[in-house]
Amino acid sequence: MSSENKQILTTDGTPLEVSLKKAEKKNKIKAFLLVAPLLLFIIITYVFPIGDMLMRSVDDKMVTEMLPKTYKSMEIWDGEELPPEEVFEAFYFDFQKLIEEEREGKLSTQLNYTKNGFKSIIKKLRRKSKSFEEGNYKEQIMAVHKRWADVEYWRAIKRRAPAYTYQKYLKGMDMYENEKGEIVNVAEDRRVHRILWLRTLEIAFFVTVFCFLMAYPIAHLLATLPMKYSNLLMICVLLPFWTSLLVRTASWMILLQQQGIVNDFFVMIGLVSDDNRIEMMFNKTGSYVAMTQILLPFMVLPLYSVMKTISPSLMRAGKSLGGTPFIAFWKVYFPLTIPGIGAGCLLVFILAIGYYITPALVGGASGTLISNQIAFHMKSTLDWSFASAMGLMLLSGVLVIYWLYNKLVGIDNIKLG
Amino acid sequence: MASKKDFVKFDKVDKSYDGKILVVKDLQLDIAEGEFITMLGPSGSGKTTCLMMLAGFETPTNGEIYLDGNAISSIPPHKRGIGMVFQNYALFPHMTVYENLAFPLRVRKIPKDEADKKIDKALSMVSLQGFAARMPGQLSGGQQQRVAVARSLVFDPQLVLMDEPLGALDKNLRESMQYEIKHIHESIGVTVVYVTHDQSEALTMSNRIAVFNDGKVQQLSSPDELYEKPVNSFVAEFIGENNTFAGEVTDISDGRCKVKLASAEILANPISVKGKGEKTTVSLRPERALINPSDKMDNIHNGKIEEVIYHGDHTRVRINLLGNPEFILKIPNSSSNLDIKLGNEIKIGWNSDDARALDPK
Repeated sequence: MSSENKQILTTDGTPLEVSLKKAEKKNKIKAFLLVAPLLLFIIITYVFPIGDMLMRSVDDKMVTEMLPKTYKSMEIWDGEELPPEEVFEAFYFDFQKLIEEEREGKLSTQLNYTKNGFKSIIKKLRRKSKSFEEGNYKEQIMAVHKRWADVEYWRAIKRRAPAYTYQKYLKGMDMYENEKGEIVNVAEDRRVHRILWLRTLEIAFFVTVFCFLMAYPIAHLLATLPMKYSNLLMICVLLPFWTSLLVRTASWMILLQQQGIVNDFFVMIGLVSDDNRIEMMFNKTGSYVAMTQILLPFMVLPLYSVMKTISPSLMRAGKSLGGTPFIAFWKVYFPLTIPGIGAGCLLVFILAIGYYITPALVGGASGTLISNQIAFHMKSTLDWSFASAMGLMLLSGVLVIYWLYNKLVGIDNIKLG
Repeated sequence: MASKKDFVKFDKVDKSYDGKILVVKDLQLDIAEGEFITMLGPSGSGKTTCLMMLAGFETPTNGEIYLDGNAISSIPPHKRGIGMVFQNYALFPHMTVYENLAFPLRVRKIPKDEADKKIDKALSMVSLQGFAARMPGQLSGGQQQRVAVARSLVFDPQLVLMDEPLGALDKNLRESMQYEIKHIHESIGVTVVYVTHDQSEALTMSNRIAVFNDGKVQQLSSPDELYEKPVNSFVAEFIGENNTFAGEVTDISDGRCKVKLASAEILANPISVKGKGEKTTVSLRPERALINPSDKMDNIHNGKIEEVIYHGDHTRVRINLLGNPEFILKIPNSSSNLDIKLGNEIKIGWNSDDARALDPK
């Protein structure tokens, strides 16, 4: 039809849409400038570090750059038998350059990650290579140590050729790529990460459940009590927020240790004997108790904010229509609190899955989480790329949970306050 | 059908929330079966508390409430089988209209096809057929209100309580809903206890009205009687408009009394005055006083027009009469009228029967 011809014009003849855009432009620029600092802040403090982490976790350029000639000459090597002379020669020149730059130590560390035994033979090669003669490097290098004559070690060097690698992710799952390029599990007694992942999920799940069970009645009380009592209760709920996390964790240590207050009390009432005190700390129990207490407000507040909006007359209506108090609660009240439950559970679960300080202090060996492992690699082994890989795995785990939640409950069904 | 006179009976019911103040004092109230009774009163007068005690959400501090002859104080709300319409409808926001109506039927384990029939019937009663699949949030205020009424009736309760159900609606809608509820009541004969603070709502809808003030029923009677023959000055003030003269009784004889005001003496109908010398407030409805009265009227006085307010169908005139500067007169807007101008002196007359000498305020 002629809808295009009927373009609406303003009184001075410009099309209405153009005129509207012009009028709105100034406001849009103003609005953007107002949020620009925050946007910049988020990009700098959030997007960049995560991007950097991602790069770091897959980055494997170091060895590639240290042995450029070697990898070039290795391109024609099939990896079945010992590499030809050209490879040895190229390796020798690369290695000499590294010695000049005093970087051969780094090479040995890196190669040692791939295969144990590189450290000592590289050290030896450095010493012996000073007296190498020109030509026939294959013989000379192989004479340094018998491992240099082992094709496995040359294969290990070749595996480090690509500039990017997913090895760290495999390691995070207790897997690795073997010499034949197959992805296999590490030996049973060396699997640490899978247990940690499962434990992290388990602890986060149960902490969420405990928080929910405890927070629901508290939030209900908060929402229904008269103002003067509910304010007091609210302060009690929020009080932990005003106390340092470390102090709270430390106070749990005082309470839960074997000579602690809780055990003293159990002994006093005769629940346990004095020489048989319960171990509640430096194990899972410690993590459960302390994390539940610390994360409780994150469950109470969303629940409270939702319950506050539920009119008490709804429960009354449910009862007056013939529902028993339980039915009125289950069919009327409970469904209306689901947005709060969803928000609280998501919040607590995501916080718990990445929890660090509390499990580090009260968790002991059996109560630490994956975040403790990440911290360990950040601080002790300095394997930042592995720490980054695990950090990203944790992040993607959280995103998967978020996605699942969105499928099950619907994210617009969430109410944080 | 022989209806019971005391289908609902409040027997000497007291209610206190804090142990210091009685919100309801010695309430004695019988409600007949099939009756539409309204509890009317200012806020804080105890009317909602009475309703809540009847519904079971509050327990009487003293006394007993009987429903169909059975004491119900110890019966929890969900076993009383009383329908209730709440102030803000209290529709379950997460259920469709159908599910809302099905709720009372489902908890009573009524089979689905029978329940569907009842729901259809209830929805057609409030002319909301075709709305069953909607969520309450998708309905207008008036429609939500009608759903709430339908839900309170769908399980065929013998008694329905309504707690200011029309308070949140605008004026036009409120008026049409008043008629609608009244018609539903008439057609199904359910007993309704209705709480409101809106006197015109009460007058329009009720068989009888209980006027509450200060925890007590001040008067329990039909709307016309309440308006025409208030028994005390609170009721006279609360229901409709009212002109008052405060004075002292100087003589009572033949069902008339003379009341001495500051500047004059008027004749009145002694309702709650017994003898000479008593203080009294004489109450007179604005429409019972006429200008340019015939000589038959036994009270004729002159007053000065202080204010004229045009109201379309009638004109309100404020007159300074016998020392009362707030005397209001309603003059119908007919063509024959009259010299009503600011500052004019006019003659005003009324029959002493209409001037009710009540308790002093």
